[in-house]
Amino acid sequence: MGLTVDFTEYTVQNPVGAPFLQKLHEDDLVIALAGNPNVGKSTIFNALTGLHQHTGNWPGKTVVNACGRCERQGQGYLLVDLPGTYSIMAHSPEETTARDFLCFGKSDAAVVVCDATCLERNLNLVLQVMQITSKTVLCLNLMDEARKKQISIDTALFAQKLGIPVVCTTAREETGLDELLAAVCSAAQNPTVLPDPVALPADIEQVLPPLCQKLEKLVSPALSPRWVALRLLCPDDGILDGLRDFLGRDLLDIPEIAAAVQSTWQLLQQQHYTKQSLRDCLVRSLVHRAEQLCAACVFSAPSPSAPRQLDQRLDRIFLSPKSGIPIMVLLLFFIFWLTITGANYPSSLLADGLFWIQERLSDLFFLLHAPDWLHGALVLGVYRVLAWVISVMLPPMAIFFPLFTLLEDFGYLPRVAFNLDHCFQKANACGKQALTMCMGFGCNAAGVVGCRIIDSPRERLIAILTNSLVPCNGRFPSLIALISMFFVLGQSSLLSALILTGVILLSVAMTFLSSRVLSRTILKGQPSSFALELPPYRRPQIGKVIVRSIFDRTLFVLGRAAAVAAPAGLFIWLLANFSLGGQSILSHLSSLLDPFARWFGIDGVILLAFLLGFPANEIVFPLIVMGYLQSGVLAETGSLPELHELLVSNGWTVWTAVSTMILCLFHWPCSTTCLTIRKETGSLRWTALSILLPTVIGFSLCLILNLLVCALTQLG
Amino acid sequence: MSTEAITSLSQLTVGQSGQVTELHLGGEMRRRLQDLGVIEGTRIRCLQRSIFGDPCAYLIRGAVIALRNHDSRQIFVRTLPLSHSGQSR
Repeated sequence: MGLTVDFTEYTVQNPVGAPFLQKLHEDDLVIALAGNPNVGKSTIFNALTGLHQHTGNWPGKTVVNACGRCERQGQGYLLVDLPGTYSIMAHSPEETTARDFLCFGKSDAAVVVCDATCLERNLNLVLQVMQITSKTVLCLNLMDEARKKQISIDTALFAQKLGIPVVCTTAREETGLDELLAAVCSAAQNPTVLPDPVALPADIEQVLPPLCQKLEKLVSPALSPRWVALRLLCPDDGILDGLRDFLGRDLLDIPEIAAAVQSTWQLLQQQHYTKQSLRDCLVRSLVHRAEQLCAACVFSAPSPSAPRQLDQRLDRIFLSPKSGIPIMVLLLFFIFWLTITGANYPSSLLADGLFWIQERLSDLFFLLHAPDWLHGALVLGVYRVLAWVISVMLPPMAIFFPLFTLLEDFGYLPRVAFNLDHCFQKANACGKQALTMCMGFGCNAAGVVGCRIIDSPRERLIAILTNSLVPCNGRFPSLIALISMFFVLGQSSLLSALILTGVILLSVAMTFLSSRVLSRTILKGQPSSFALELPPYRRPQIGKVIVRSIFDRTLFVLGRAAAVAAPAGLFIWLLANFSLGGQSILSHLSSLLDPFARWFGIDGVILLAFLLGFPANEIVFPLIVMGYLQSGVLAETGSLPELHELLVSNGWTVWTAVSTMILCLFHWPCSTTCLTIRKETGSLRWTALSILLPTVIGFSLCLILNLLVCALTQLG
Repeated sequence: MSTEAITSLSQLTVGQSGQVTELHLGGEMRRRLQDLGVIEGTRIRCLQRSIFGDPCAYLIRGAVIALRNHDSRQIFVRTLPLSHSGQSR
């Protein structure tokens, strides 16, 4: 899934005005990459810039602008990958971002990437961009798929009719990219201003010129007067603010302009136009123009081609009321099973290796006569926590991430959203929440960022607040270990995969339930409208997926976890090794928490581990073990039977394990996620609620369970 | 052509096609549909219903789009005879 969404390094926070673009050379060209969702825009961006932004086969993958530089034949290009949008008559944050960059970002040229198999709809955006700037290049991507679907396009005629360069590419095979850049270069330097490619009905065209003339001296040449005129007559969300910021003053404050807008409106009203019918008319003209162009230049086979038939056949299996959900659960189960079985062996191998290195490190410290406290803090504190985190996390991630990425590239995720939408609809939430929930399985912070694909602010908040109810990759290893020890010790990994699937289904159910509760209480509202594109299935590029997901995602997440775990290791070592009155601070703390924790069927050590695990969930379980050993250092990853024995000797029962698993599923999000939520919602109150919600759920469930267990034992 | 009738998009059966006669919804969803190329005259084919019959997947201008019944109820179409159903446009 969008496990990490490389959102850290090249995030463009403020797309307007371009202060964020760092030109390497004075004459670098700034190029905006626009396009519908899921047309391979990011693939082109990656191929050109060498940046590794993950490209998944589902709409809305690029949620933040990425920016990268490339050079061909001495000319430097700064590419800005805009979020995928169907239109720039904006009504969502992504569309506003894309529109504002195209209009006000001062780019030298724009490339509109189109899906050659679905050109008619894609042209809508091309025409809209052309209305803003003549320096536009049409990039027909996915030409390989078009050929398979027996669609042929007369590109020369297209270019002639539109008046802009048209370039064919197959980004996956990296063909046509040099031609694309050459076309971009010539478009950027071409000073001709093309007439608006879309003619409006005569009764509108007649009334526009006076207003356009008045705007001419105010906005030319930065903006097209005709485009500004139409926006003033028919404003989209925020466009007037954008114009004001760009021009430095409000056009409607200029009496001459305000009067011209009003008189134009009067003329339009005489022709019986209303705001809505004018807007409809603008849209209709775009669509009709696109239809005309395609009728002239695109030739497709009369009957649905074989690949499309295959897509429909696959959809009949994956989306059918009968088999859709069972297949989904089976796939989930299969992925867990592979992850659990596959991770066992490398995990223990890694642990052996890393602890062997630890011994050598100790030897080295001893040899150098290093003081004990330094050895303790660095080797037994920092290094050992790191070793734990790596050996427990790396193998499952290295299996889980590529598997999920394969599903994602194949195009299965939007189908999950389709299958689950009814449940989200019942919860008055958005079906796309299924996608962000899936991203949460990888990393909750990534899931929270992914929530930007949801348009309605209310539904986006629901998705953000409930995201950490599904366990992220940092929590899977603990869950797997607990399941293996207490429920299936010595038995097959099939059973543990089955239980884990059940646990996941519980967390999904809890997501539905809390979404429903939220939308009935503090986030009241009706489900907003929803249109989800189900893209064609694509054969995943297996080699690339494995390399990409290991290097970009696995190592990225691991690096982040390690960065958090290392200082945490030091801190915990300090807690465990400084004593007050003969007892370490760690055990003081855990005995302090113990009476409270007992209410919830756990003990002080477990609760303390969850609290100290705030920076990274993956160290919770090692912390528990460490608390029991009271060894002052984090326990080594002993074999599961040994661990089981240790836990049982510290009073664990099956019910303790169940409570710990419940808390593992439902407790406060990790620090990274909390920070991300704070950033995404811009509000401390929502962040506090996002911490409170899973915590209350987890602790209430544990309390109820504990009361039931107590009652049962007293009866028995 | 005698079988032609005006109905709502949500009433189409799987495999049936219709030509849009009216978008009886406003605001956000109207715009979103227009962005996807749904205007009067657009041909839409019903491809697949999900569990509980909602949402439903439609073929619109060569792309597969899922819509909720809540929305598709407000889109009126003239049903097309089956022989016309093959084409997306």
